Amino acid sequence: MGSVIYPVVRFLMPPPEQEAAVSAVKAASLTEMAPNSGKVFKFGRKPALIVRQPDGTFRAFLAKCTHLDCTVQYREDKERIWCACHDGFYDLNGTNVSGPPPRPLDALEVHMQGDDVYVTRKS
Amino acid sequence: MSTSPANPRRALLAWVKDRYPVSKFVEWGKHKTVPIGPGAFWYYFGGITLFLFLIQVGTGILLMFYYKGSADTAFESVRFISAKVPFGWLVRSVHAWAANLMILAACVHMFSVFFMRAYRKPRELTWVSGIALLGILFGFGFSGYLLPWNELAFFATKVGTDIIGVIPYVGDPIMYVLRGGEDVSGSTLPRFFALHVALFPALLTMLIAGHLFFIQMQGIHEPDAWKAHPEQRKTMPFFPHFFMRELLLWLITLNIVAVLAVFFPAELGIEADPFSPAPAGIKPEWYFLATFEFLKYMPAHVGPMEGEELGLLIISAGFLLWCFVPWIDRGRSRLMTNIVMVAGVAIIVFLAIMTYLGHTS
Repeated sequence: MGSVIYPVVRFLMPPPEQEAAVSAVKAASLTEMAPNSGKVFKFGRKPALIVRQPDGTFRAFLAKCTHLDCTVQYREDKERIWCACHDGFYDLNGTNVSGPPPRPLDALEVHMQGDDVYVTRKS
Repeated sequence: MSTSPANPRRALLAWVKDRYPVSKFVEWGKHKTVPIGPGAFWYYFGGITLFLFLIQVGTGILLMFYYKGSADTAFESVRFISAKVPFGWLVRSVHAWAANLMILAACVHMFSVFFMRAYRKPRELTWVSGIALLGILFGFGFSGYLLPWNELAFFATKVGTDIIGVIPYVGDPIMYVLRGGEDVSGSTLPRFFALHVALFPALLTMLIAGHLFFIQMQGIHEPDAWKAHPEQRKTMPFFPHFFMRELLLWLITLNIVAVLAVFFPAELGIEADPFSPAPAGIKPEWYFLATFEFLKYMPAHVGPMEGEELGLLIISAGFLLWCFVPWIDRGRSRLMTNIVMVAGVAIIVFLAIMTYLGHTS
């Protein structure tokens, strides 16, 4: 019995995907994003969010809501990061501040190179 | 009986009778009865659910002639069906509407069985198999919702599969298998397609066979009052009386489906983009709205647990209790019967309020 079930179960479990070796991704440029705006970009295979704060500085996070996995976005009117699925909010440090999200967003590091904004994993 | 070539219909019948015990089935049909009374109307909903399933099989086969189940082609193929294929919009709309009505009819059937207390001995397994059937119908709805590969379906599937991932120990592997990887992606679509057109139809067909077998073995439940007052017992033959009425209702159901499909055709929305944020107003199908809304009200943490874990635990416990209703209310204690019936009303009120809030939020 096991010799039948085991191969079937293993067949259904896809082999782990080779995570694209993402070292740094150009997420935006200074001219492209006005203060108090946000943008979802590709970080390897995952969606990530870059936010230009009202003071002009940048913050970046993996855009995966810690509640139920929806992709978050920046709300300019509230100056917060918002998950539309269950109305969860995070502040600009990525900390969950209201609604059902149980944990902060995974933060990424932002580096400036001239006018370009590069994002890397936290070292 | 003449078997002459001049009477080919009778000749065919005689040929069949000569080989198969047809008369036994006719006799069985004549002796099978259905109770008549104030609750008799509710007996038809099981058959209506079956009829809507048959519509789903027919329209589903038609849609498969054009549908292409991969992330690159799914949305375009559904758009092609809706916009270019003659009557494609109608077939797709009928499939979508019949799916919704099928789940509605199954729910009406389940609650009518509940309030008639038809789950009691000896029909415990009929009840449990019925709940399993409803579970598979939900699976059909969930897997089918993703197939057009539009934005709403994409995020609803992300949320739905993530909820499964919350189940302790087995949740993560199940989520991984369902998604075909860590995230909902192009790998998820063929898996949902396989579930929708192969595994679930096979399981459903087997369970329907079992469910109907139990009903044929034990007969249709009769009102409890008839046990004390047998003189009140009133029935009609299943064939042709009940059967013809059921057929009439099937015809009415078909008309309702057709009217809804024509005047409110299924929408397609915009194509899913895994790298765009979840849109505002994202909602699952109406039959998952209550769960969706309930999870929204759960706080981030409750004691040592995350809110969504607790929410899922409450829903799972409620579902288990619902499965065990035949063993909770065996008809021996009036108090227990009253508690179970009040709980049934409370569940309907709760589901209705949550669904309404989910719909309007």
